[in-house]
Amino acid sequence: MVKKMIDFTEEQLERYSRHILLADVGVEGQIRLSSARVLIIGAGGLGAPVALYLAAAGVGTIGIVDNDIVEVSNLQRQVCHFHNNIGKAKVESAREKMKAINPDITVIPLEKYLVADNIREIIRDYDFVVEGSDNFPTKFLVNDACVMESIPFSIGGILRFDGQAMTIVPGESACYRCAFRNPPPPDAVPSCSEAGVLGAIAGMLGTIQAAETLKFITGAGSLLTDTLLSFDAKNMDFHKVRLQRQDDCAICGKEPSIRTLVDYEQTTCGI
Amino acid sequence: MHITVNGENKEFDTSSLPITTLLEVAKVESPDMVSVQVNGKVIDRTLYADTLLRDNDEVDFLYFMGGGA
Repeated sequence: MVKKMIDFTEEQLERYSRHILLADVGVEGQIRLSSARVLIIGAGGLGAPVALYLAAAGVGTIGIVDNDIVEVSNLQRQVCHFHNNIGKAKVESAREKMKAINPDITVIPLEKYLVADNIREIIRDYDFVVEGSDNFPTKFLVNDACVMESIPFSIGGILRFDGQAMTIVPGESACYRCAFRNPPPPDAVPSCSEAGVLGAIAGMLGTIQAAETLKFITGAGSLLTDTLLSFDAKNMDFHKVRLQRQDDCAICGKEPSIRTLVDYEQTTCGI
Repeated sequence: MHITVNGENKEFDTSSLPITTLLEVAKVESPDMVSVQVNGKVIDRTLYADTLLRDNDEVDFLYFMGGGA
């Protein structure tokens, strides 16, 4: 323990002192965070708070994937992007803020779309994945790829005043497909003009995902595995539904029918 | 019969009920955006009309939420 203590500088010990004080984290947990590699998918409403909190927490290497540029309509909720970043690549804008909070971490900006052809190779470099995309094709693709590569992940969704999250440890807990089976029909997904989201909902759900990530890395507490946590912020109702692995799940069941990844039709709604 | 929906007790004057009817009674606006779990088993969406709920079943509606950006 003493030897490991000296791996941190005085400034780092001070920076992480509120973590180190926690019995469930301590120096050991902080060392785990410093050597962890986390990939954030989406530098938007969910990805922004996740990126800031993981950077602040001292997660040693953080990859962030997104192919968009910052637009003025993002700024109501995507809190890592500022007005003077409009027009800039989101991953670059996110990287700047993360490094400004914590210069000790390494940020890997990945300015690209995740597709069936590249996702497995990209996620393989990471210990944990945070899914914060804005569309079902990506959510199912991330689920299937993470199950195939046995990489634990948090998956989240927001809509209007509602949010939901689950954490998946492939091979041990129910996956997103166990709960939702297949993407909904594209024409049933609320259109951009019908939907919308209260900005702070993105922060609520994103920080739940960030907390799950930090808990997974440090081993603190119990995760949202086999559990779908949902909240309705209009009434501040939080609800947990217990899930279980489904024997007939197409990706993690007894006889998986999905053997290769495919790209579903994109029905992105910019919320 | 008595079933629970997302933890809430519901009574029905019938001995069985298709999932599609429960979705209507529960005023689920967009049934395509809901995954239905009955006693821990997630039901294929194409089988909602043919799956009958019985007394003491525990039903959970899992709502699809696709936003994130």
